[in-house]
Formats: sequence, C-alpha cells, structure tokens
Amino acid sequence: MTQSSNAGRALPWLMTGPALFWTLAFFVAPFIAMAVVSVTSSEGYSLGNYQQFFSNPSYFQALINSLEVTGVVTVVSILIAYPFAWILAEQIPERWQRLALILAVLPFWTSYVVRSYSWLLVLAEKGVVNNTLVQLGLIAEPIQLANTRFATVTGFVHFFVMLLTLTIYANLKQLSPSYRKAATDLGAGPVQTFIHVILPLTLPGIMVGAFLTFVLAIGDYITPQILGGNNELLMPQLIMLQIGRRGDFPLASALSILLMAVVTVAYLASARWLKIERA
Amino acid sequence: MTALVQVKNVSQLFGSMCALDHVSLDIAPESYTVLLGPSGSGKTTLLSILGGFLAPSEGQVLIKGEDCTSMPPAKRPTTTVFQDYALFPHMTVGNNVGFGLRMRGLARPERDRRARGVLALVGLAEAFDKKPHQLSGGQRQRVALARALVVEPSVLLLDEPLGALDLKLRRQMQDELKAIQKRVGTAFVHVTHDQEEAMALADHCVVMNNGRIEDEGPAERVYSRPGSRFSATFMGESTIFPGRVTPSREIETPFGNWRLNTDATAGTDVALALRPEHVAIGDRPLALGRAKVGDVVFQGSFKRVTAAPERAAQIDLLARLPADAVVRSGDVVEFACDPRHVLVLTR
Amino acid sequence: MRGGMRAITIVYAVLVYGFIFLPVVTLVLFSFQATSFPIPPFSGPSLRWYQTVLADQRLTSALGNSLLVAVISSALATFLGFLAAWGFARFVLPASALLRGLITLPLTVSYLIIGMGLLVLFNRIGMPKSLTAAGIGHVVINLPLCFAILYSQMGEHQANIERAARDLGAREWQVLALVTAPMLWPALFASFFLSMTFSWDEFVISFLLTRFDTTLPVEIWNLLRSGLNPKTNAVGALVFLISIVFVLLFEIALFRKSKS
Repeated sequence: MTQSSNAGRALPWLMTGPALFWTLAFFVAPFIAMAVVSVTSSEGYSLGNYQQFFSNPSYFQALINSLEVTGVVTVVSILIAYPFAWILAEQIPERWQRLALILAVLPFWTSYVVRSYSWLLVLAEKGVVNNTLVQLGLIAEPIQLANTRFATVTGFVHFFVMLLTLTIYANLKQLSPSYRKAATDLGAGPVQTFIHVILPLTLPGIMVGAFLTFVLAIGDYITPQILGGNNELLMPQLIMLQIGRRGDFPLASALSILLMAVVTVAYLASARWLKIERA
Repeated sequence: MTALVQVKNVSQLFGSMCALDHVSLDIAPESYTVLLGPSGSGKTTLLSILGGFLAPSEGQVLIKGEDCTSMPPAKRPTTTVFQDYALFPHMTVGNNVGFGLRMRGLARPERDRRARGVLALVGLAEAFDKKPHQLSGGQRQRVALARALVVEPSVLLLDEPLGALDLKLRRQMQDELKAIQKRVGTAFVHVTHDQEEAMALADHCVVMNNGRIEDEGPAERVYSRPGSRFSATFMGESTIFPGRVTPSREIETPFGNWRLNTDATAGTDVALALRPEHVAIGDRPLALGRAKVGDVVFQGSFKRVTAAPERAAQIDLLARLPADAVVRSGDVVEFACDPRHVLVLTR
Repeated sequence: MRGGMRAITIVYAVLVYGFIFLPVVTLVLFSFQATSFPIPPFSGPSLRWYQTVLADQRLTSALGNSLLVAVISSALATFLGFLAAWGFARFVLPASALLRGLITLPLTVSYLIIGMGLLVLFNRIGMPKSLTAAGIGHVVINLPLCFAILYSQMGEHQANIERAARDLGAREWQVLALVTAPMLWPALFASFFLSMTFSWDEFVISFLLTRFDTTLPVEIWNLLRSGLNPKTNAVGALVFLISIVFVLLFEIALFRKSKS
C-alpha cells in the first residue's frame, strides 16, 4: 500500500485527530476516571472496593452467575444455530435462501428491550406457555418460568441464535464449493466431508461468534433484569444496583473494571481466532 | 483394445440451454487426451460428467466397461484436479495428499508412506509437513496432482490446471505433466482453451465448439489437416476464403481456378484455409497475386503480416514472414503458396 | 438426501423458526388485546392500545428524541470515521497500528461499561445528564464500527483515482468531498445505516446518561416498571413494524443496486 505524503505534515493528523480525540476524551478518559474513582474512598486511595468484591460472597457470586449463564448461553446458542445455519445454507434452494435468512433474523431487528420483554409474555405465570400447558391439562398449576435463570438463558439464547445463524451462514456460504467437490471426489461421504472439511474450516468463524456472544451476553443488563428478576443477580445488575440505590460510584466503578478484566482475559484467550485486518 | 472410457451420445441441458449435444468419445488407456475449445464449448461440462459431478440429461458413460453414468464421484474410479486446486487449507500437505487414502480406510503409516512416494514423484518430497498457504502456485498445483494420483484412479481429470500460472511456469508444468503421465501410465483427460498447450500435451486432441466435437485425433493431424473451419481457426490461425468446386473438379477461388487434392463433390461450396507459415513472398507454385500490406508486427522469430489482396480486398491475408524480411505497411507485395498446403474444408 | 434425514431437517428448521418467532408473534397478537392483560386468553382484536400509545406525549417525544440522537450521532460517527480512515489509509503515521487499534477498541467493551465510564467522568466534571450526553456515548460505540468499515474499503484503487484528481488541480478537501466520498458512498451508507440501527435501539447508555428527556427504549423500560401492560405490546409492535420497514427499504435499495 503506497502512501503519499505530498500534502503536508499536518494533514494526516488533521484527518485522524478528531476521531482520536473523541476516543481519548470519551472512551479512555472515562476509563481512567473510573479507575481513579474505584480506588478512592473517604480516607484517600485504597483497594477497599476491590477487596469488598472478593470478600463479599454475594458480590462474588454475581460474577460466578454471569460466567455460568454466559457459558451455557454460548454453548447452547452455537449448538442450535449451527445446524440451523447449515440447513439454510445447504438444504434450502438458492432462490429462497435470502428470504429464509431474512425471516430467520427478523425479530433481531425489534427493539432489544421489547424483544426481551416479549419473553415475559410467553413465560409468565399466566403467559402463553403456562396457559397452553394448563389448557391441555398437562399441568395443574402454572410453573415458575419467568424470573428464573432459565428465563434469562432463554432470552439470551433467542437473541444469539439469530446472531450466530447470520454469522455461521455467511461463513458457510463463503466456503469454496471446490472443497466439498474435492472431498467427495476423493471418496468422502457427507458425514466425513462435514467432519474433516466443513467443520474445521468453519471453526474460526464459530470461535469469533462464540467470543462475540460471550462479550455481549456478559455485559448485558436488560435481559437478566427483565427475565431473571432479582432472585439471582448477574454482574451488570450488581453494577447498576450500586448506581441506582446507593449512588456508590466507587464500588460501581470497581465492579465495572473487574467485568472489563474478565472480558479482556476472554479476548486474550481467543486472540488467535480474532484478527482484524484490512482487506 | 476396448476403450477405457466410453462416452456414448451424451447430452446435457441446462434449462433450454444445450451445453452438450449428443457427444460420443472414446478414451484409450494410458493416453493423454486434451479437450480443447473456447468458453461455452462444453468441455468443462463434459469433464464434470466424466467426474460424476453432473449427471447427463441423456446418454451413458462407461468406465472399464461399467456403466458409471449416475455413479457419484466418491465411487467412481476417477479423480479430478480442480482449477483452484481446492487444497484443504487447514491440513498439511501430507494430510491433504493422504485424504483420499484415509477415506479408503488406510492406516496412518501406510497413508504417509504412499503420500511421500507420490510427493517425491511430483518433486515435492520436502513439502510433506507444510501447509498449502506456505507454497507457491506451481507447488500447490503439484500437490493437487499428487493428491489425485495417490488413490490410483483409472482416469485423472484436469480442469484447466495451468490457467493460473505464468507463461514460463506453464511451459515447465506442461513438460512435467506429460512426463508424469508417461511414468504413472494413468489416462489423463485435460481441459484447456490454450491450443498451444493442447498441441504440447495431447496424444489425442478433441476440439469442441458449441457443445459438439468439431474434430479429434492426434494433435499434429488436427493442426495440419483440420476437419472444419472452426478447427482451422481455433487451432492456430488461418486465412479463410471461399471456393466452389467446378464440374471439372477444379476449385474456383478469388485467386483463380486451382487444381487441389480433394474429394469434394462438384458444385459444392467449400472453405479454403491457409496457415500463415505457408504464405510466402513470391517463389511458390500457386500465386495469390499482389496484396497491399496492412500491419507488420515483429514477434521475435517471425513477422506477422496482414495484407489485402488486390483480387479480393475483403479477404484478410495472414502471413508469417522471416524476421529479417524487408516489409513495411503500405508496400505492395506478391504472395504465393504451395498447393499441398491449401486445406479444403467442407464444414 | 435420504428421506429420514430430510424429515429431521424439516422438523428442526420448523422448530427453530417457531422458537424465533414465538415471542414476537405473542407480542404482536396481544397488542390487539381488548382487555388490559396482554396475556391469554385473547379477546379482541382492538386498536385501543395503539390509540393510547400514539396519544401518549412521553412516548411520541421519546421517539423524536431517539431519532434525533440517532441521526446526529450516526452522522458524526460516520464523518469522524471517514476522515480517520482516510488519514490512516493514505499516510504513514507513527504507531499507526496502535492508534487504529485504539479507535476500534470500544467494539470489544460492553455498552454498560462505556456508559458507566461516561457517567463517572461527566459526574466529575459536572456535566449534567442529557440527550447530548447520551449522544456522545452513541458516537463512542459507533465510531469504531464506521472506522473499521470505511478503512477496509479504502484500497489502492481509490488512491489512484485521488491522485488523478490532484493531478488535475483539486485541493485536498475537494478530493475528499468530490472524489473519495462519492466513490465510497455504499460504505458510507452502510456505516450510517448500521450506526442508526445501533443508536436507535440502544438502552444502557441512554438510561445512564439521560434524565428527563429520554429516548424510546428508556421510555419503554419505564413502562415495563408497571408490569405487563398491553400499551407496551403496542409500542413494541410499532417499533417492530418500523424496524421491518427499514430493513425492507434497505434490502430493496441493496437489491436495486446489485441489479444495475
């Protein structure tokens, strides 16, 4: 990529400056502010907030809950989405694929808040599921589905199945058809072709999707708050709690930074699958 | 000797488009067959049918006497070298080459042994543990070849394998392909649009156009005595002009009545073709008359000259003159040829 | 494909589609509920909740706010991203890779944390909660995306055309405005459209950084506080409908372009 510098020294900085400034002022600076605030207490600087997190079992539990829920959501979503994406990419006739895909992700385009809320309608005590089960005589009393971890996971899985279907579908489509032809030519049956060729070649895409799911889910406040209720707290809910009720910015900041640390660890672990490069 | 592969009356229709029109072809064992033609001629379709990736709308394909028409690629005794090589990027070269053997249930030690053997044959023994992206285009091509050969197919199909290589590499690979085919003894069927490639490689050259076989035979024969106008202009260049067979079995041409060796019936219209290397200045039995020279393009070992004959200005006379010939655009020159070199084409 | 296998795939696909549409269908169905409970049994259809929604001042002004914030923040993010992408693509800058990484970094950070950070910062410097504050946050989340999209589209091909323009006498800003931007219009459009989508639906940052004037998602959230409410269904169904219309328009625009 040849670069031209015939327009003066200042120009490139003029061009990139605003974006850099914005990032520094409204992304980096807030972080620094949070870091500073998180170690500030009435007596000066201390790690008290962090200590509080590790020593308070219910705080620490929130992190465990988040990791468990996010882990389950990631695995379940991939297991549901992959075959579905595969069916869309392979089994549906070409002309209908675009339509089938758009339909499959249509609810994705509703408001995220509304989408989460709509699961309440389905899972509530008098909601669609319970109502149907009672009507069919399968159960006598409505079962508790909303305000449970199950509801949170369902709400998440609903969203991420759509997201992962999109990404895995795109991944499958851009696989050169020659690979499949070569595999069958050399004697591989459909199952063998899938295990030895298709799956390994789509694995990087799956890992990217998994990472995306993890990061988005673990930082989400809306779904657990609407569907999980307050019986079990996840990290985002814990953080919001410090702001709302007690206005405890230092603790909230510390918790946010801890959450960031968890995500960073996840990023470093999957770094080799994620390389953002220029075309 | 019965043919190894028999294509019997195969037609292929895509909707209303006819890609192959009642094509029949025999492929001899241990031969190097080249399917030559422009895009849309049906050569790739025919190869796909031979490989089992396409089932013909009509007709049969027999391999070693067995009807393989609807047999899937996995079961067929053919393997294909694809145009984009299709090497599995996540496997090493060794595993790529051994893939077909793995599908046939061979254990790893045996697979690796055979893979190494074939890689040595194509000159890439040291690439066993490398990944495809670490290899050059030419090297990948050879790995694809090795992968297809190691399973010992009855017929090896090659789909424009040298298209992505530069000229020098292409020539080199052509030599290697020919040598490997002779060593291994497998029948090769090679699709290309490059007539020089066809002439360099083919034992049996099949010229295709519009879904039909225009001409087939040893490359030399197809070149020097093409069976049709298309063949004459696709395999090398030619000057084409019309002629009519007179009752006295002479041929009436724009350059005069010529006595030529032909069994065309009297009263028919024919096309006459002359290869540029057979058109010379003066000094030949058959006169083409004076012609005004148009373009003179220096090509290294010869000069490519176009000219408009005075007697028939609408004909584009094509001549290949020695590199040191003194000819300039605008000159008026007397051309002539030998009657032995005039090709009489009835179709 | 064998019959049994085929049956399984059909059943699987139907089940997944069903799962995907279940909540949305419920939502839309019960937005036409005649009674006050947006749950079975279904009594209706009735448009009364739609009427309520459209008459609700808070909701309609929140809708306007959402659009305002979305348009302005998306335009800004696209503009800043465009300039920066051009700057990095055409010039050699020290620590270029690092700086580019910095600009794209916010992509990996949860909106909650970005919002939290801004809340803490604004609190410190005394900036009040407002739509502007939320807008700033929206630019933070969309800028990396716009930058990434536009940067990936600035290839050597465009560079040559720009050189030709300069050769013919155009000044830098003219090159950018009259040559580069028009050439890149699909990427610009995509960046803007994507930013609009994310901003329009964004909840957490808006929730943290606004107080009285707020965006639609936050207003819907407030509605949810009062429990299951058919009004929420109606709003949700309306938002869904608007989103679908946008997606369809986008598809048609894309389709038209690919045909021409």
